[in-house]
Amino acid sequence: MPASVLWAVDLFGRVYTLSTAGQYWEPCRDTQLEFKRVSAVRQCCWGIAADNQVYVYVCASDVPIRHREEAYENQRWNPVGGFCEKLLPSDRWPWSDVSGLQHQPLAGVALPSPHWEWESDWYVDENFGGEPTEKGGWTYAIDFPATYTRDKKWNSCVRRRRWIRYRRYKSRDSWAKIPSKDDPKQLPDPFNDLSVGGWEITDEPVGRLSVWAVSLQGKVWYREDVSHPNPEGSSWSLVDTPGEVVQISCGPHDLLWATLWEGQALVREGISRHDPKGSSWSIVEPPMAENGITHISVGVSVVWAITKDQKVWFRRGVNSHNPCGTSWIEMVGEMVMVNVGLSDQVWGISCEDRAIYFRQGVTPSELSGKTWKAIAASRECDRSHSGSSSSLLSAGCFFGDEVRASGESPAPSDTDTSSELDRPGPDQPRPADSLDSTESSHKGSPALAPGPDRPAAGAAEKTGQAEGPGEEASSPASTPAELPWTNIDLKEPRKAPGRAAPGLPEPPGLSSLGLLPLGLEEPYGADDHPLWAWVSGGGCTVETHTTLKWFSAPVGLSSAVQTLAPPVTPAQTAAWRKQILQQLTERTKRELENFRHYEQAVEQSVWVKTGTLQWWCDWKPHKWVDVRVALEQFTGHDGTRDSILFIYYVLHEEKKYIHLFLNEVTVLVPVLNEAKHSFALYTPERTRQRWPARLAAATEQEMNDWLALLSLSCCESRRVHGRPSPQAIWSVTCKGDVFVSEPSLDLEAPDHPLPCDQLFWRQMGGHLQVVEASSRGVVWGLGYDHTAWVYTGGYGGGCFQGLASSTSNIYTQSDVKCVYIYENQRWNPVTGYTSRGLPTDRYMWSDASGLQERTKAGTKPPSPQWTWVSDWYVDFGVPGGTDQEGWQYASDFPASYRGYKTMKDFVRRRCWARKCKLVTSGPWLEVAPIALADVSIIPESPGTEGSIALWAVSDKGDVLCRLGVSELNPAGSSWLHVGTDQPFTCVSVGACHQVWAVARDGSAFYRGSVSPSKPAGDCWYHIPSPPKQRLKQVSVGQTSVFALDENGNLWYRQGITPSYPQGSSWEHVSNNVRKVSVGPLDQVWVIASKVQGSHSLSRGTVCHRTGVQPREPTGQGWDYGIGGGWDHISIRANATRAPRSGSQEAGTPLQEADLDPDPLGTLPKHRASTPTPQALGLTGLLLAVSQAAHFPGEHGLCPKLGVSQLQYISPSTLTTGCTKWSPPERCSEAGTHQASALAGTWCTTRAHMEEDTNPPEARLGEAETKPLTALLQNHRPPWLPVLWPQLTPSPMGALCPEPREVGASVSSRPAQPLPAEPRGPGFSPRGQAGLGAEA
Amino acid sequence: MTDDRDVLRDVWFGRIPTCFTLCQDEITEREAEPYYLLLPRVSYLTLVTDKVKKHFQKVMRQEDISEIWFEYEGTPLKWHYPIGLLFDLLASSSALPWNITVHFKSFPEKDLLHCPSKDAIEAHFMSCMKEADALKHKSQVINEMQKKDHKQLWMGFQNDRFDQFWAINRKLMEYPAEENGFRYIPFRIYQTTTERPFIQKLFRPVAADGQLHTLGDLLKEVCPSAVAPEDGGKKNQVMIHGIEPMLETPLQWLSEHLSYPDNFLHISIIPQPTD
Repeated sequence: MPASVLWAVDLFGRVYTLSTAGQYWEPCRDTQLEFKRVSAVRQCCWGIAADNQVYVYVCASDVPIRHREEAYENQRWNPVGGFCEKLLPSDRWPWSDVSGLQHQPLAGVALPSPHWEWESDWYVDENFGGEPTEKGGWTYAIDFPATYTRDKKWNSCVRRRRWIRYRRYKSRDSWAKIPSKDDPKQLPDPFNDLSVGGWEITDEPVGRLSVWAVSLQGKVWYREDVSHPNPEGSSWSLVDTPGEVVQISCGPHDLLWATLWEGQALVREGISRHDPKGSSWSIVEPPMAENGITHISVGVSVVWAITKDQKVWFRRGVNSHNPCGTSWIEMVGEMVMVNVGLSDQVWGISCEDRAIYFRQGVTPSELSGKTWKAIAASRECDRSHSGSSSSLLSAGCFFGDEVRASGESPAPSDTDTSSELDRPGPDQPRPADSLDSTESSHKGSPALAPGPDRPAAGAAEKTGQAEGPGEEASSPASTPAELPWTNIDLKEPRKAPGRAAPGLPEPPGLSSLGLLPLGLEEPYGADDHPLWAWVSGGGCTVETHTTLKWFSAPVGLSSAVQTLAPPVTPAQTAAWRKQILQQLTERTKRELENFRHYEQAVEQSVWVKTGTLQWWCDWKPHKWVDVRVALEQFTGHDGTRDSILFIYYVLHEEKKYIHLFLNEVTVLVPVLNEAKHSFALYTPERTRQRWPARLAAATEQEMNDWLALLSLSCCESRRVHGRPSPQAIWSVTCKGDVFVSEPSLDLEAPDHPLPCDQLFWRQMGGHLQVVEASSRGVVWGLGYDHTAWVYTGGYGGGCFQGLASSTSNIYTQSDVKCVYIYENQRWNPVTGYTSRGLPTDRYMWSDASGLQERTKAGTKPPSPQWTWVSDWYVDFGVPGGTDQEGWQYASDFPASYRGYKTMKDFVRRRCWARKCKLVTSGPWLEVAPIALADVSIIPESPGTEGSIALWAVSDKGDVLCRLGVSELNPAGSSWLHVGTDQPFTCVSVGACHQVWAVARDGSAFYRGSVSPSKPAGDCWYHIPSPPKQRLKQVSVGQTSVFALDENGNLWYRQGITPSYPQGSSWEHVSNNVRKVSVGPLDQVWVIASKVQGSHSLSRGTVCHRTGVQPREPTGQGWDYGIGGGWDHISIRANATRAPRSGSQEAGTPLQEADLDPDPLGTLPKHRASTPTPQALGLTGLLLAVSQAAHFPGEHGLCPKLGVSQLQYISPSTLTTGCTKWSPPERCSEAGTHQASALAGTWCTTRAHMEEDTNPPEARLGEAETKPLTALLQNHRPPWLPVLWPQLTPSPMGALCPEPREVGASVSSRPAQPLPAEPRGPGFSPRGQAGLGAEA
Repeated sequence: MTDDRDVLRDVWFGRIPTCFTLCQDEITEREAEPYYLLLPRVSYLTLVTDKVKKHFQKVMRQEDISEIWFEYEGTPLKWHYPIGLLFDLLASSSALPWNITVHFKSFPEKDLLHCPSKDAIEAHFMSCMKEADALKHKSQVINEMQKKDHKQLWMGFQNDRFDQFWAINRKLMEYPAEENGFRYIPFRIYQTTTERPFIQKLFRPVAADGQLHTLGDLLKEVCPSAVAPEDGGKKNQVMIHGIEPMLETPLQWLSEHLSYPDNFLHISIIPQPTD
């Protein structure tokens, strides 16, 4: 979980925060003010300061709070002067708002408060519905108000354009004063109490807050329009109450309670999304008539109260439907105040010692918790003062000699305090002054320093009771005879409130101060704890699994550092540790290397685990049958493990078994659902069949045991262990399970790539929706709740405990998602809409499709891992919009729904949502605080230096660029906000810092001038989407750009050149795609929607584009990998180039002196093997061609060789003479794949073969012939440079190639050997067709 | 980044190549070939030498066979010490393989315990574990275990099954979150130079001021001669599992990762080889 903070105010009005991850109270950053009350939520904290003014402290985050002001400039055409500002008298204002009704001159738009600043000047919006407009941003219409179009037509009589200016909230991490409500004509009525809540009122806009305040006269005020984009709100409005209110508390949902002077509680009813102020009050009597309620605090479904006798009470039965609850229960403890925070956790301040107590054991099922536990965290200032001496000191030391001896002259403190006396009028807030005095007193006189060190209980009692600042000021004067430090204590609050009587004599305090040696501070630190006045937990998340370090006094700094600094603990970097690891390795080498042939003393016998499971049988009728399973593990002499899983079943009273070699298993997937704890085992064969072996256990624990053991056995037999390599491929299933696979060298081999169904995937702990990796080991993930997570380098977690898990770097992870059900109704003439449908209708409570019944009571969380964390609520955010009650209307089921009713609508539905939560563990740490919708990391080659480019889109649509990301600090340091004119949904950064993004309107954008030195680039270039399609995802590899639209079409961006990086047009590549990931080698992997196997159909399948070459970036066909339920893949870390294949070793050796096989240093250091002379000639030609295409002068042509250019080359120039040109019509038969030049036919088709796995009608599209491209793709030297890494950003922002001599580079390239047997009949037919699989 | 699991693995799978030779004094029917074996460092001699016994018994007459015992350069090898400890203490500076002499007669009664059966080893091993847990957790962890857990510990140890053993043993390596380590560290320090078999004292992993104790702290406290020899020039090696951890290594980490399966840190202090 992210660290969140508890806010508290000490007796002296100083505000402190305590992080859930920390051990120390930290002073609020803005220390200039002293406070009486604070009320915190996650993003901000409201408070009433000692000057009785209200302040709001907005926590800084990386995304600025911006607000767009806009104004419309309207013009009318007139025959004389064309368009001009002269409008008709009936027209709107020349400058107006969007409706035209409000006059809105640019100069008239002012900043709402001094806490805002303008980001830039006004500018014209040239973007119209995602399309760029003509210069000037004008849009045209026949008349006002009408539909505006981009283009000027003959009948365009009016036009308008929009001016935009952004303002930004600047007072973050500081207290911003909220203007007083007081009417100057009336007597001032300062605020007395304040409470913030309401951020979770069902389905309200994110970030809205309810701020309630109580004035001294007992009136209740509500702050209007407080929300994240408007943190200050707009105005105070009075809410009538039946009596004089003294205190108020507002919960996160719809609870609002207040206390009356008479001791009763007031409960607000009718709070909802439409009426956050509520409608009426009802009264709840106190638990005992003689002791009225003095303080109240509410949460989601709890109310805690304090009565006059300081007893603590818990209200039973409180919830949204019954905000008054049923009865009071007395709790133990005597408290001054209590505060209910997030998830109904409770904090209190004890009467006895003024310490803050945390209620332990508060869970949804046990809201009243178990015990009070004191928070022992000390303040940071205490730490620096007391240090290690603390434990040695006792009370007797207070007056010890050394204290006196260290005493200095009290003179400096004298001057300090007397300077305070000279302060101007008491009612002025004096932030700067008080800061001054705090600082100077720190320097000059420790005794005056703000008091971490004032234990005196008597004083505490007094100050505590005397909330009003005025009276307590007098107490020190009246009690000069008390213990000296009492006086010092009380001096503080007197200084704090500005309303302290100005004429009050300071001298008593000073004189008593004079008695005290200054060195007293040190000993006081000993057993001291801060004395608290107020606590607010509204921004503090404590989950049941959270471990807090608040309750034990920290021991020494070292332990604090150890616990606070994940993911690399000092232990892991310490020299001693490195040395032990190194010595152990040396020892093993020394003692074992030459003696491996010795016999092992202990023979490894076969080890067996058996059990009873259920198996989803392979034949029809498919059903779960009880089976006995046995896992047999063998250990070879070299210590390697291998295992076989036997599944014994009975068929027709005959015992039979099937077995699986675990070294053939490619993935083990947990398939948890409501009914079964099951898991699936895939082998390459079963992947092709789309029919895994499915086994189910009786309990989740049993399933996890089997899963962990089998997974360990699979990893052992493949010798996969520990942290995945930086090149690993990551994927995520639709259940949020994370898998990782080690790429083999030949995965991207041009000739015989490893079939992707043979990839071995192992599971990582954690729960994610998206994972993105880079080849430098930086991996980020996003949860279902859009939380960003960074990979810590561990492995295991989740159900992989113990040996399958690393000891460190595993942390708790949680995720939240919504379950949706639909309420369907039909209209009938008598009763209107009712839940009585036609017999043919869908269930009245159903899933989205209407096919399955889903009732509120009967719907369970998706699997036992999930638990409900909210009640059902209406989801107003469904596409198409809803009416006020969340209904959507349509003429009949199933149809398209709209948010308003028309005459023709006979049915309606509304969507109910309920949140559920999952808690697991894994090698992930949260990157707080911004929730992300998408993330992308630069797909670099390994070994690149410098910081790693990482881009993201927040869940609100802001584009962000992460700074400071490196191997050592994979989480980076801060976000840089990249301005956009509309919300974005997706971003991708390519290997050369090309940043592409997709906006919410479905169009793409290219970010100009992004470079390591200018990580955020300069401006967006709009790129229209493919015709009639809205894009939803884009992925940029080294040079290739692929995009995906909402209909599952995959598009390749054509015409991208260094000088024109935006490209020219979209080329359709395939349909049936859900997700695409383009890697650093421009390799293309996707998640396909549907893939038909021989036994079954799978949805969500990992596929690899085959035949992707620099000359043919869109590739040829698909190779199908693991699938059935896969949701996401990231290939972006795999920069492993294939070594040259051994099949090329034929023919005469090349003169190596002539050829540098690796002119760019990118080739793996395999020396060139021995190509054929034919290959030499052919490749020589191809290189010449490619060079010509790459560097044809100053035109900067496409780095990907176009087919048309190739056709200018006559085949007769081939030196080998072994081939003849084959015109396209000769490539007749789909199914012959004669791509080899040696074979005589240079053609290939995109759709052929695949007879055995795909029905013929599933093949994609037309057979395409590509004469030379095919040849090229088969003979591309693996090292043939793709030019972009050589490119450096020019000052103009465009990319241009480094100059190079064409001729020289031709001769300096190696020749490409031809494969001896390019693609014989044995070549797998897999994956040459399109992805289409729908039968 | 290597994980600490790998340390456990390396420790567990430590092997010493050993050459067993029958003592000249033994009466044989024919020449006894030496026997070569990889001995697990963490195990006990009599637990893993069934093959050796069988090999030499083949060449001996039935009536000459009595309890087997081992000797290295004149020193009888205590079977109840882990093999790695015996090697580190006695033979770490000699060349590999380790030459062990096998005896069947004249059992050195005053030097060695009898080892009538595997049960004796099990009893010894389990009592070590219990003693270690008494030091670490006031025996709470080991007592809360079920009989089958104890059996799994022993079977895992006997059959050299790392996973089986550590599945249970990790519970013995845990400590309450609010503390920074075990109550006391179970350790034994062995020296060849003294008559005393070993040093064992109560020693806490964390100092009063919260600092973690290191290996150096331990040695300074319980065996000062090891770290600061009186005669100046002669230096000692502090060896565990054939390696010399730095004296700055926190003792708690050592105890969690470099303990033998009996949960004790067996530390050998041997004179630095002169060459």
